[in-house]
Amino acid sequence: MTAEILLQTLASGVLIGLIYALVAIGLTMIFGVMDIVNFAHGEFLMLGMYASFWLFALFALDPMLTLPLTVLMLFAFGVLLYKFVIRRIIDAPMLSQIFTTFGLMILLRGAAQFFWKPDFRSIENSWVSGSVKLAGIQLGKPQLVAGLGAIAVTWLVHAFLTRTKLGAALEATAADKEAAQLMGIDSNRMFSLAWGIGAACAGAAGVLLATFFPIFPEVGANFILLAFVVVNLGGFGSVTGAFWAGILVGVIEVMGGLLLGPQYKLAVVLVLFLGVLMFRPQGLMGKA
Amino acid sequence: MMKRTILFAALLALLVALPLVSSNPAHLNLAILVLMAAQLGVAWNLLGGYAGQVSLGHAAFYGVGAYTSTLLLLNFGVNPWLGMLAGGVVAAGLSFGFGWSCFRLKGHYFAMATIAVVEIVQIVFTNWEYAGAAVGLTIPMAQRGWGAMVFADKQPYYLLALGLLLLTLAATWAVERSHLGYYLRAIKDEPDAARSIGIPIARYKQIALALSAFFTALGGSLYAQKELYIDPGSVLTTALSIKMALVSILGGVGTLFGPVVGAVVLTTIEELTRAAFGGSGRGTDTMIYAGLIVVIAVYYPSGLVGWWHERVRRSKNKRAALATDAEAAA
Repeated sequence: MTAEILLQTLASGVLIGLIYALVAIGLTMIFGVMDIVNFAHGEFLMLGMYASFWLFALFALDPMLTLPLTVLMLFAFGVLLYKFVIRRIIDAPMLSQIFTTFGLMILLRGAAQFFWKPDFRSIENSWVSGSVKLAGIQLGKPQLVAGLGAIAVTWLVHAFLTRTKLGAALEATAADKEAAQLMGIDSNRMFSLAWGIGAACAGAAGVLLATFFPIFPEVGANFILLAFVVVNLGGFGSVTGAFWAGILVGVIEVMGGLLLGPQYKLAVVLVLFLGVLMFRPQGLMGKA
Repeated sequence: MMKRTILFAALLALLVALPLVSSNPAHLNLAILVLMAAQLGVAWNLLGGYAGQVSLGHAAFYGVGAYTSTLLLLNFGVNPWLGMLAGGVVAAGLSFGFGWSCFRLKGHYFAMATIAVVEIVQIVFTNWEYAGAAVGLTIPMAQRGWGAMVFADKQPYYLLALGLLLLTLAATWAVERSHLGYYLRAIKDEPDAARSIGIPIARYKQIALALSAFFTALGGSLYAQKELYIDPGSVLTTALSIKMALVSILGGVGTLFGPVVGAVVLTTIEELTRAAFGGSGRGTDTMIYAGLIVVIAVYYPSGLVGWWHERVRRSKNKRAALATDAEAAA
């Protein structure tokens, strides 16, 4: 194994890890604010991919151009989903919460299959295609742009949470719902905001992926499991934790694939995940 | 009590006689699927319902059961009846590793760790040449009859599935009435109180898990003998784990017959919508199925059996209140 291959693998691991982080950020935010694990999170990503695909196929608009629009649509979708479904299960037992979001997952996949057929689709010749050579490493432009885009969106979310009043209100609700309510923060509004941002982040990840990843109704399944791992490792509810854990998972995945063969890359991540959970049940970066 | 016993015996006789009444293979197949789903739900319920540990990884035990009996049959000529038992024992044995790695986790962490376990097991079997890898294993039809547990027609499978369901129900009934049952409910409802009065929580959770794994594996072996073909995609998936939990939740977790009710409702809906809309390949059946899951999870969080009990209790309270009012008026 040459140093070049190693570097190349590391770089692609970091780039895909940034996407995992972006998917996981929404998941961890929803969990942090309202203690609900969203099994349908991968489907937000799927919807984001389809949105950019159709805008590209029907109106010849480039995914990068329509990114803000797609993100807005997903934000609205997340808020509506909260208002019509999730709001009713806030105080339900954990089991019915799991099965509500699980049902939504299958429902959205079924809907995608119904409206857009189960075919694999792809976006050819978008603005970002081809590859560049950076410091001796060959990198795909779509992957590079996706990674940088993921950093940008993550930074925006982080800035929103730490620098705006609304973001502070969201963080306050996550820290202590009752206390925040006493301070006049409407927790219902914060919950719908969390679902909106969560869906928007996953949708953004979908758009960024759409330029180099096949688009099909079950595409979310590939990402949700890894997003769970990222959320666990980063500590439930921690956005910064999810960011670093996402990169870590991406790197572990590609290194596992390089050392043991691509068929075992997911197994390597999952085994390490179980191992970490056993010694640090609160996650790698979560507080005890 | 007497009345209940007679009712139960009559129901049982009806169930045994059912395949003689209807010779429609589609009906019989649906009945078999319902019984098999019910058995898995009852087995899952031992851990998920009574002990309150939401496992989304039970397909691992199901797959281990199916693969153990099939591999023993294909490579060593072991009789499937023995193979089935062996599968149950192997799964119960492996459940100690499962419990050791997952039981220290709580709530969501536990559920997600169990998903990870199944996914790992699936990857291992998909790449394990000895176990047929991704191609899977086929059970030959050469030997048939009760000895070989392979049949050309469906009736015997119906009886097998019914027998296995009754066995699992009997085991659950015994657990419910034993010390173990009381301990498990204490662990589920008041874990801290249970610990403080000296109940060894970890040990009892593990016993529930081992029992649950044992019966889930028996279901896996039966599936292999019925389908005569297994592969990782059919016996080792998270979707399958989730279905086991789903029938319990739909019917009512922690109740003896809840999973049976859930399996009847869920499997019937699933199969009917598949028959009606599945041919189009457009996911209509999946959408109806999923829509129902959401509606039930949102509106009937305690399951159909729980919802029924609630109704009965409320109408009783109402009657009692009316009686008191009448007394007061007099």
